[in-house]
Amino acid sequence: MSDETTDAPGPVTMLATPIGLDFDFTPGIAQSKFLRGLEQGKFLGQRCPVCGKVYVPSRGSCPTDGVPTTEDVELSNVGTVTTYCVVNVPFAGQSIEIPYICAQILLDGANLSFMGLLQEIPTDQIRMGMRVEAVWVEPDQLTPSLASVRYFRPVDEPDADYETYKEYL
Amino acid sequence: MPESEALHAEHHLEYPYSRSVGPVIGAFLTGLRDGKLFGVTGAGGTVIVPPTEYDPTTGDDTGEMVEVGPGGVVESWAWVSHPLRKHPLQTPFAWALIRLDGADTAMLHVVDAGGPDKLATGDRVTVKYRPASERIGAMADIEAFVPEGGAGA
Amino acid sequence: MSAAARTPRPVSIASFAQMQNVRKDDEHNEVEMLMPVIAEVFGNIGITKDDVDFICSGSTDYLIGGPFSFVMALDAVGVWPPRSESHVEMDGAWALYEAWVLLQEGEIDAALVYSFGRSSLGDLNEILSLQLDPYYLAPMWPDTVSLAALQARALIDAGKATEADFAAIAARSRKDALSNPKAQVANDIPAETLLEDEYVVSPLRRHALPPITDGAAAIVLAAGDKARQWSDKPVWITGFDHRIETHSLGARDLTSSPSTTRAAEVAGLADGPVDVAEIHAPYAHQEIIIREALGLDETVPINPSGGPLAANPLMSAGLIRIGEAAASIKSGKAKRAVAHATSGPCLQQNLVCVLEGE
Repeated sequence: MSDETTDAPGPVTMLATPIGLDFDFTPGIAQSKFLRGLEQGKFLGQRCPVCGKVYVPSRGSCPTDGVPTTEDVELSNVGTVTTYCVVNVPFAGQSIEIPYICAQILLDGANLSFMGLLQEIPTDQIRMGMRVEAVWVEPDQLTPSLASVRYFRPVDEPDADYETYKEYL
Repeated sequence: MPESEALHAEHHLEYPYSRSVGPVIGAFLTGLRDGKLFGVTGAGGTVIVPPTEYDPTTGDDTGEMVEVGPGGVVESWAWVSHPLRKHPLQTPFAWALIRLDGADTAMLHVVDAGGPDKLATGDRVTVKYRPASERIGAMADIEAFVPEGGAGA
Repeated sequence: MSAAARTPRPVSIASFAQMQNVRKDDEHNEVEMLMPVIAEVFGNIGITKDDVDFICSGSTDYLIGGPFSFVMALDAVGVWPPRSESHVEMDGAWALYEAWVLLQEGEIDAALVYSFGRSSLGDLNEILSLQLDPYYLAPMWPDTVSLAALQARALIDAGKATEADFAAIAARSRKDALSNPKAQVANDIPAETLLEDEYVVSPLRRHALPPITDGAAAIVLAAGDKARQWSDKPVWITGFDHRIETHSLGARDLTSSPSTTRAAEVAGLADGPVDVAEIHAPYAHQEIIIREALGLDETVPINPSGGPLAANPLMSAGLIRIGEAAASIKSGKAKRAVAHATSGPCLQQNLVCVLEGE
């Protein structure tokens, strides 16, 4: 872009073409169960009838066997950090102060880890295998959304043995 | 089906694209901003409107820009009684394929005809631009086409 | 199979399944929609995912506004151990074409093809505008019904059809759909009554439009020993081609479909008589254009399944035409059939698949 000002505008070189669409999104009944569980302050998963694995969040299917997961399973509020990273880079839309820890958390009883924010620990003390628990928002603030989980924080337990979570890295 | 079991959420998705237009589309859009309509010569001397860098039928490079219009003929039209929220006009109108004077292909735009009984295939229409101060170099610089002679405009 | 087969390697439609077509399925996500369909398409011939060498799917993320939803859809198959897979942002008929091409190479003997789409979550008129030229067309948000209406008007003006013809096609399609348990819109309403419908976009009245449908479908393709193993009387693909025309609507003759005609020539459609045609003409008037482009006379029954006017699951409606045509042969109702699929505004791109029994 030039700072030069002229009376006659130059040739058109760019065209703004914003595209916006609106959806009435629904995740289906199986995922709705997980979200409704969050509204009650608990993690609900589902078990695969073929391989027996418990998925949380469940999408209503086993991604390995391609069959519906029909058995609902309530999971623990406590889990293990399988891996993590420390975010030091600011980006657009960021809502958390850097640096912060982003961890993969395997809830006790689950066979699938999911990503969570880890707090109440200095970033240089986080380790794989660390035992953590979910900190929920106040009961009157619970919604059918992952926003109901404020973050995870360490619990006073020995670290999990690597053998117990090595399949979930 | 019991809608109550599945959750629903409003989901708005938007991509604010900005596109570089290149020499041919750019010349056409510049023309619109300046209140002129241009086509481009294609294979066998045909005039393509709106212009492209290649002949849409043969894929050959296109040639010179030539001025066309401002009038033209309606080749086909479809009457919209209930405009959708993103349509160019919010009162009943016709989408039309318009072959501008001097052109060999038709261009899609809207015709503000007043009513479906006031428009027919083969009718002559002419361009109605937005005021110069509002034109930015986009299809929306044309407010609508209107029947030649002003009927229904 | 006739000696006239235009394909180097015979490939059969070994199995076909489709979801119950519905206006809105908000109980299931895409994976849950697909799982029973895939279970059925394998179950029909007693096979599992381990029996297919390749998976190809057709879908578009625009329908639900969820990037890479086609990757998640693979959960419906269960891709472990890792599988050979591909995807097209097209109707499943084109996914079938890709799998068929791979089968022609002779490296593999069986493939799973599936497609899915939930049209109920968004506004199709707006979503389909985004497949248009982004400089000259999409910024004006011309809706898909209006573009089809421009084509219908051109057909009327050319003296090739009347509004009564559109109504007759709609009435016949939905009456035929009464015998298709998977159809979404099935009824017996005389064409004269349909002509009392309001215009949605003139000259198209309500009945000339396809329904909005959530749906999914799957086909298993087989060649070599597997084709014989999985069926006593295989249904063979004897010709297969697809062609496209310019996206510039104003540079096309909207009343004809040269891409369909060319695809039919390459597929060898005219090599023999046709007993049934499954045509993917979402708007009633488009059936007239495709019938002419395929060179089918009045004696060839079109869309005994009800066709897309009875259920139009986006991304699957074309694949379903191939499945229905194969089903007509399998049931003994037809010996040779043609299936057609389309994509883009006003029949821009067209696919022709010729099928034959033994």
